[in-house]
Amino acid sequence: MEHRGLGLLALLAALAPCCCAAPGPTLWPMPLSVKTSPRLLVLSRENFSIYHDPSSTAGPSCSLLQEAFRRYYDYIFDFNKSRLNPAKHNSAAELKQLLVSVVLESECDLYPSITSDESYTLAVEGPVAFLKANRVWGVLRGLETFSQLIYQDSYGTFTVNESNIIDSPRFPHRGILIDTARHFLPIKTILKTLDAMAFNKFNVLHWHIVDDQSFPYQSVAFPELSNKGSYSLSHVYTPNDVRTVIEYARLRGIRVIPEFDSPGHTQSWGKGQKNLLTPCYNGPKQSGTFGPINPILNSTYCFLSQFFKEVSTMFPDQFVHLGGDEVEFTCWESNPEVIAFMKKAGFGRDFQRLQSFYIQKLLGIVSTLNKGAIVWQEVFDDHAKLNPGTVVQVWKNEMYHVTQAAVTAAGFPVILSAPWYLDWISYGQDWRNYYKVDPLDFDGSQEQKKLVIGGEACLWGEYVDATNLTPRLWPRASAVGERLWSQQNIKDIEDAYDRLTIHRCRMTRRGIAAEPLFTGYCNF
Amino acid sequence: MAGPGLWFSLLLAAALAGRAAALWPWPQYIQTSESHYAIFPYNFQFRYHASSAAQPGCSVLDEAFQRYRDLLFSSSWWQPPERTRKQHAPEKSSLVILVSTPGCNELPSLESGENYTLTINDDHCFLLSETVWGALRGLETFSQLVWRSPEGTFFINKTEIEDFPRFPHRGLLLDTSRHYLPLTSILDTLDVMAYNKFNVFHWHLVDDSSFPYDSFTFPELTRKGSYDPATHIYTAQDVKEVIEYARLRGIRVLAEFDTPGHTLSWGPGAPGLLTPCYSGSHPTGTFGPVNPILNSTYEFMSAFFLEVSSVFPDFYLHLGGDEVDFTCWKSNPDIQSFMKKQGFGNDFKQLESFYVQTLLNIVSAYDKGYVVWQEVFDNKVKVRPDTIIQVWREETPVRYTKEMELITGAGFRALLSAPWYLNHIAYGPDWREVYMVEPLDFKGSPQQKALVIGGEACMWGEYVDSTNLAPRLWPRAGAVAERLWSSELVTSVDFAFKRLTRFRCELLRRGVQAQPLSVGYCEQEFEET
Repeated sequence: MEHRGLGLLALLAALAPCCCAAPGPTLWPMPLSVKTSPRLLVLSRENFSIYHDPSSTAGPSCSLLQEAFRRYYDYIFDFNKSRLNPAKHNSAAELKQLLVSVVLESECDLYPSITSDESYTLAVEGPVAFLKANRVWGVLRGLETFSQLIYQDSYGTFTVNESNIIDSPRFPHRGILIDTARHFLPIKTILKTLDAMAFNKFNVLHWHIVDDQSFPYQSVAFPELSNKGSYSLSHVYTPNDVRTVIEYARLRGIRVIPEFDSPGHTQSWGKGQKNLLTPCYNGPKQSGTFGPINPILNSTYCFLSQFFKEVSTMFPDQFVHLGGDEVEFTCWESNPEVIAFMKKAGFGRDFQRLQSFYIQKLLGIVSTLNKGAIVWQEVFDDHAKLNPGTVVQVWKNEMYHVTQAAVTAAGFPVILSAPWYLDWISYGQDWRNYYKVDPLDFDGSQEQKKLVIGGEACLWGEYVDATNLTPRLWPRASAVGERLWSQQNIKDIEDAYDRLTIHRCRMTRRGIAAEPLFTGYCNF
Repeated sequence: MAGPGLWFSLLLAAALAGRAAALWPWPQYIQTSESHYAIFPYNFQFRYHASSAAQPGCSVLDEAFQRYRDLLFSSSWWQPPERTRKQHAPEKSSLVILVSTPGCNELPSLESGENYTLTINDDHCFLLSETVWGALRGLETFSQLVWRSPEGTFFINKTEIEDFPRFPHRGLLLDTSRHYLPLTSILDTLDVMAYNKFNVFHWHLVDDSSFPYDSFTFPELTRKGSYDPATHIYTAQDVKEVIEYARLRGIRVLAEFDTPGHTLSWGPGAPGLLTPCYSGSHPTGTFGPVNPILNSTYEFMSAFFLEVSSVFPDFYLHLGGDEVDFTCWKSNPDIQSFMKKQGFGNDFKQLESFYVQTLLNIVSAYDKGYVVWQEVFDNKVKVRPDTIIQVWREETPVRYTKEMELITGAGFRALLSAPWYLNHIAYGPDWREVYMVEPLDFKGSPQQKALVIGGEACMWGEYVDSTNLAPRLWPRAGAVAERLWSSELVTSVDFAFKRLTRFRCELLRRGVQAQPLSVGYCEQEFEET
């Protein structure tokens, strides 16, 4: 009743029902350079340890690394098949230790940033393997890779091939967008997502924290925003929750970029902040409904200054996402005071200029707070004057190559999301489409291409909450993860299928309910 | 507007005002009012009426009472209410159940009555049903009627419900071959099926990909055909557990062993069963459908289905019969000469019919009825007049509504699944299309319509395993459940949206990982464990 239309794929899978080929290492995302030898080393839970190399600039006082060592020790030994280690059945040499060395100042207590060095080298030889990185961020990536190298042979012995790996990411900004406004996501779900992100070497959590539907961010300066604007008083992120997320992310080398989208997408702000939104008119009378933020009042900018001052201290990342997408002009058009303001300012009937007026003032506020800004592409499309360095996120699927070319030609950095809206689901293996995208596939000079700092997989929340987030995100987002980390020439999709199938099993073993790519099973 | 339409919309208005708006699926007849009664967990009980045919010791109801107690009150205070606080509402301290016909230890069947009457008024708090199965449906409805005030007190409104299913076969198909589903996933699904008043678990046990059913007659089938014979199998004990768990919830287990196609996983454990494919005059080493020309095939099937008939007690078995690929048969010289001898010419449909008919005769001899996929009908296999045909193809060879017309026109009973392939996903509220299907919307006489015994929501397993099964099923399958239970007049998508939104929150409260229908929230969200 079902196979029709699946064709060859189905047939192949049917003929070879075993999803899990001969045991061996399976890396995802693929590193820059991998050399593996057929020489095997064995490890045991009892004898193996991960520790600091004496030459390292980081030591036991670096809790970020201490925690990572423990985490990855557990991933290697506890989350694999729990078979008893048999007596050594072969004469393979033993790997007893992984020594980790940070070469430059470790940055152990800092937050990761857009310029963080994530490169590392990994030399696996008996009896001691070496992981070397300039900063702790590279160590985190290298530990993930090391854990992926280890597998259990058919006797259950933990095994690793002697290998040499040199690795660094293709793009510095590799993000996942979650939306906690359409549906509230419990902290546990967010932390789990951060775990899975680390397994896929993602390094940015783009937290679309508020929107029309709800305002779960509990502001210290403006507590009424969430008191009145959240779904309920238990659907709120307290400052403590936010700090928990940021620290959990930091320990995994992940930046947290909050998005407070304005002037549109702000219905929920209006409930707790009087006079912030534009009153809509029906003829000469107010209709009782509200539109985008009111851009003509001083009080608006007063509020925004205070609010973003808080945001910029609450969220340590260098960047704040200011939104700026999908501003609906009908309410502004209906409002006589807005019209009068437009006339005075000489905007005529061009509401894009009003929007730009607003955005430019907001960008000014944010830059005085020493923060960089990320905006959705409309802000650029509508010709707002942007400070150099303002990052433009391209999300509209239509002709996104053209947008990329235009934004980079104007000299602004770009984050690509258009082909990676994972909330758009369909039947079958849509991860292949995500995988096939190349973010630099647009007409432009070398300089322009350099302005593409990365991309983000977006999981908007209209139809997503804690019940279905994880299987909807993983392993589909993993396709984006490899595209953003690995080199351009890593694009053999059948090889990707084989690796990703095993990688998703690894994720499920580590407690992430990643959905299957196709018929088969996980061998554990 | 007059007649039933008016009557119905009045009911809607009344119901929306009260708490009954959370009911899913919507009952056949309901009258509620704003007046309500308090219920206190510390003293509330389900009790058997003295003249009930079912009495304490009735496994189905004893266990159901326990279950619904837990569902209603699990997370709440069990202390008596404070005496100082005045209760405005009168109290109900028990629901009295009267079942008129005995039958606590039996299995539900296609013919089982599920009707019940629920009366909650000043004089009564009373559930009347013909069978224990009807009582189960009534208990579910009762549990959906109870609501909780912000202060935490439980209430139930004055209500009168007379309810019965529109169709007797309301099924859900799970596929445990493309991906193995752990027993807990199956049992959890049965729980949610009961919340939706589904009554048939169609268990597509085996297929090309794997053979997890652990046969005691042919243990090699699982040893060689399962993904992992140590972990990815269903033992006899597992199957028993599923059947009993389902029975206690008034759900039949309809086992499917699909042949002659979709059988690649049978091959390794049953040498000689599948057709060897040829390239020219040489066997290629690959195999096609079950080999229909060998006596040994039918000996095998006799022994295998003898076992299956006893392991699965339901009167019906599902014998599959879909998507038989003829290329391998065509390539095989032995089959070619058999065809010639039989006078089938080049018509492989006749060969397929030959196989299916022989199989049907075998299964009939075991006193079983059978369900088959529509190809068996399309290919004009001679089948017993009481065969049930399941319609799954949306557009070919004809649109499914036409197919329903043809099947019932030929006098066969029909099951509808074509518009209810829930494994097909799309962005947005696709439950609406599922909901708007009218199973009897085809040309045909009343006699023909009467032959439609129901339908099934299908969750095929190519892209589904225990990681995503629950959110993909629920609450989308709920749309099918209401379509099959409720009156054909219950068609308002907006009304359904309101109720289904609340029902999915109730599912979350009950621990079910049911995904959202739209933006919004539930008081109790799903928390990862």
